[in-house]
Amino acid sequence: MTIPLLTAPPGSAPVLRAVDLTRSYGKGQARFDALKGVTLDVRRGESLAIVGRSGSGKSTLMHLLALLDRPDAGRIEVDGGDVSRAAAREINTLRNQRFGFVFQQFFLTAGQTVLENVSLPLMIAGVPPRERKRRALATLDLLGLADKAGNKATDLSGGQKQRVVIARALVNEPDVIFADEPTGNLDTVTGHQVEDILFGLQRDRGITLVVVTHDEELAERCDRRITIADGLLVGRADAAPSVVTDGADR
Amino acid sequence: MRTTDIVRSATRNAFRSKLRTTLTVLSLFVGAFTLTLTTALGAGVSDYVTKQVSSLSTGDVLLVSPAASTDTTEGPNEYDPNGRQQSSQANPLGAGTLLNDDDLAAIAAIDGVDRVDPIRQVSVDWIAAPGSDDPAKFELSVNPTSSIGRSDLAAGEQLDQQADEAQLILPEDYLDALGFASADEAIGQSVELGYTAADRTEQVAEATIVGVARASLLASGAGANQQLTAEIADAQAVPGQPDAYAIAVAYLTGSGADGAVTDADVTVVKAGLADADLAGQTVEDQLGVIQTVINGIIGVLTAFSIVALVAASFGIVNTLLMSVQERTREIGLMKAMGMSNGRVFGLFSLEAVVIGFLGAGLGALAAIGLGSAISSVAAAGPLADLPGLTLLLFDPVSVAVVILVIMLVAFLSGVLPARRAARQDPIESLRYE
Ligand SMILES: Nc1ncnc2c1ncn2[C@@H]1O[C@H](COP(=O)(O)OP(=O)(O)OP(=O)(O)O)[C@@H](O)[C@H]1O
Ligand SMILES: [Mg+2]
Repeated sequence: MTIPLLTAPPGSAPVLRAVDLTRSYGKGQARFDALKGVTLDVRRGESLAIVGRSGSGKSTLMHLLALLDRPDAGRIEVDGGDVSRAAAREINTLRNQRFGFVFQQFFLTAGQTVLENVSLPLMIAGVPPRERKRRALATLDLLGLADKAGNKATDLSGGQKQRVVIARALVNEPDVIFADEPTGNLDTVTGHQVEDILFGLQRDRGITLVVVTHDEELAERCDRRITIADGLLVGRADAAPSVVTDGADR
Repeated sequence: MRTTDIVRSATRNAFRSKLRTTLTVLSLFVGAFTLTLTTALGAGVSDYVTKQVSSLSTGDVLLVSPAASTDTTEGPNEYDPNGRQQSSQANPLGAGTLLNDDDLAAIAAIDGVDRVDPIRQVSVDWIAAPGSDDPAKFELSVNPTSSIGRSDLAAGEQLDQQADEAQLILPEDYLDALGFASADEAIGQSVELGYTAADRTEQVAEATIVGVARASLLASGAGANQQLTAEIADAQAVPGQPDAYAIAVAYLTGSGADGAVTDADVTVVKAGLADADLAGQTVEDQLGVIQTVINGIIGVLTAFSIVALVAASFGIVNTLLMSVQERTREIGLMKAMGMSNGRVFGLFSLEAVVIGFLGAGLGALAAIGLGSAISSVAAAGPLADLPGLTLLLFDPVSVAVVILVIMLVAFLSGVLPARRAARQDPIESLRYE
């Protein structure tokens, strides 16, 4: 089976499609159904907010969409191709080449420089050192951090760290950036700056954004939002706050 | 991920926790150090023994002595007037019992024995260069076993046991004392040997120097051929007492090509000797005893170093498990970013190999440094009398093998932690706390 994983997107197919995803944790008595059948399209170039109460299954859904995890049932399509039976190697390559990740925590490697942290996806991809450095510096420059390239990652402020994380997510020129609570531990002002950067990338580069958030304001800035409650998709809405259909729990 | 990047990252990671890595490296260091030294000791000693055997042994002689007593009857043995005599002085070569003329006849009668020469212990009081009336005299000991084999010659030839003239092989360190400018100059010169006869009179024997010998493990003292020993021994024999010898040398006839003595010949004659209540040993057998003792010591040391290595390998497992534990997030992140399980495994097992290489390399270097120092000090001091003996012989191949073996041990110790890292679930690793 060949999957058009790394090829150009065929016009209309959504970049990601989830069909009837279920995922449960634990066994027997302790079994917990975190997702109970979620169907969802992520359109190319859009920004999608996944909202919902804590424990509702947002992160679980995002991990499945990002191919970090495999569903118990249902399937994920990338550019219209089913990846449920793809080899681990193909999925690794797909994540490496086409996805970027921003997590709630920075996960920067202490003891390494900002430049080395940003280069990590390129190193995994096997890009030669010189090329790696050039691209990482260009990305840092884009985020206004070129002068920090040689600093230890731990020596930066929170907002700077999150920008480094975004640079790392961006350095491999991904199609989709997954962000789980990207502003979760930033103050409001810095949080806004990070949001501006993310939406700027979406607008200018056509990068698809999938954002898991509790932050109402951030969700409002997205093109679309979906609401998850108890493992089920309970609401879809476009950006205008007036037409948002809140989830049952909100 | 490129292989060079993996190697570089693994090396950097190994140094991330310096103290921990240093301690682990140190435990490997101990193992590598001892292992390198013991291998070198083994190589040095067996190299020397092999050289000695090949240079000294004629290969066609057996040293014959009475078999160790196998008498199992209780109580004192009954006296047999025709039996063997007991030695009155300790003899390092033979048992307390001495050979008599009957034994010599029995040896000569064994199939495969060409001739038999008894070794007669003679004592020489002094040696002097002839010429002046009152020459300087020096003490000299005659090596009773000089007829067993060859000497390690600096000049000249081996003794001719069947020659009519009295021949002597002079130890190298007598050259200066006797006024010879070089070893070559001494060859063919005659010297005087003073000894005390059985009747307590001072006698002088003349001998020709046929060779100049380096000192060796086997032969210390001068070598004398049968003619010379017979002359002195006859004069020193107590009149009326039957002849008795600590040991005899049986010369074998070879059945191999060009009359070479084969192992089979030796075995046959040994069996014949055993039937006659005698024991025969080749020069190799005698050296074998030394080698067995040394091999035993080396074995014990090797066992120690292996224990050290086993302990060190647990250290590696522990270090890497901690490393994996600490870097859970980093591993999760790398895997989320598409690093394959195989590469993660490679990264951690290589870290173990780097630690192994460091410990082994440093240990081997230290062993070579210290060992060479010890070797040269020993060669100048206690082992000065054994030229040709390099106590510790560092063979590049065996040092490389030691390093590789330790790196392999390190790799194997890294397998468990590296597998744990490779199997980590990225989501679990990245779970927010
Ligand atoms: N590995 C796991 N084992 C057992 N239960 C799990 C596991 N991972 C998640 N869960 C459960 O699944 C449910 C959904 O978890 P998920 O992390 O998707 O929630 P979330 O919507 O992201 O919450 P939050 O907003 O707090 O991050 C939760 O009830 C959680 O306890
Ligand atoms: Mg979550």
